[in-house]
Amino acid sequence: MKLIVLYLIGLVFGVGISISGMANPAKVLNFFDIAGSWDPSLIFVMGGALVTTFIGYKLVFGRSEPVFEGDFSVPTSRTIDLKLVGGSAVFGIGWGIAGFCPGGALPALGTGRWEVFAFVGAVIVGIFLAKWFQNRQPAGATA
Amino acid sequence: MIETAFTPWLSLGGGVLIGVASTLLMFFVGRIMGATGVLAGVVQPASGEDFAWRAAVLAGMISGPAVVWLVSGNMPAVQVPVSTAALVIGGLIVGVGVTFGSGCTSGHGVCGMARLSPRSIVATMTFMVFTFVTVFLLRHVFGA
Repeated sequence: MKLIVLYLIGLVFGVGISISGMANPAKVLNFFDIAGSWDPSLIFVMGGALVTTFIGYKLVFGRSEPVFEGDFSVPTSRTIDLKLVGGSAVFGIGWGIAGFCPGGALPALGTGRWEVFAFVGAVIVGIFLAKWFQNRQPAGATA
Repeated sequence: MIETAFTPWLSLGGGVLIGVASTLLMFFVGRIMGATGVLAGVVQPASGEDFAWRAAVLAGMISGPAVVWLVSGNMPAVQVPVSTAALVIGGLIVGVGVTFGSGCTSGHGVCGMARLSPRSIVATMTFMVFTFVTVFLLRHVFGA
């Protein structure tokens, strides 16, 4: 039952990404190209998603716990460090080069296009590289 | 460069669905709807249960385009205006960045910002600025 609900939630996300244009690198890159072929559509994706989630979370966090679990497991860290800012900057550069972000690419896998598999495969290699690097750091060291 | 049509209503509707999915995931399992977490947890699971919930969400995500096709008769457009080398190099860089930055557009940009998390607000502003600058440099300075 729980897995069916999770599948359906993923499906709603996948349909949302698909119709929003986030799964289309041409549309994503055009959003970032204000000096060229600008397509402001993604402002509407971000706006719609943010306002809906903001209201939705307000309602959900009024409950003492989620339906299937004993606790909400949301990140509690408030540390703004080089790892967060540097990692996000690097992500931005990669997003600008490829036009795909993970949230856009995962549903796009369902189109069967080989380009999406090439991108997601590279992301997986990148995740492993970064985790390998993090594990090499002595305990207590900060990146 | 490929011209794309301005689609405010479809994009807004898609955004609302992304928000509905994020809300439902929090409502049912108390988790952030982040694509980075879903992908990392599927390729390198912390436990069997951890793998199961992320794999179920991922399977749902991948089914999205098929549902759009069934309803509309068209697969969602995937137009790739960059070279395969750019896709692969960009993908590697994205994988490294989202691991160190602990999230991407969905995790930080939607779920984190909706919680008014200072970390997510800083992360989102940072990657948006760097993406704008990268696209500007690639398209208008280096003419890629």
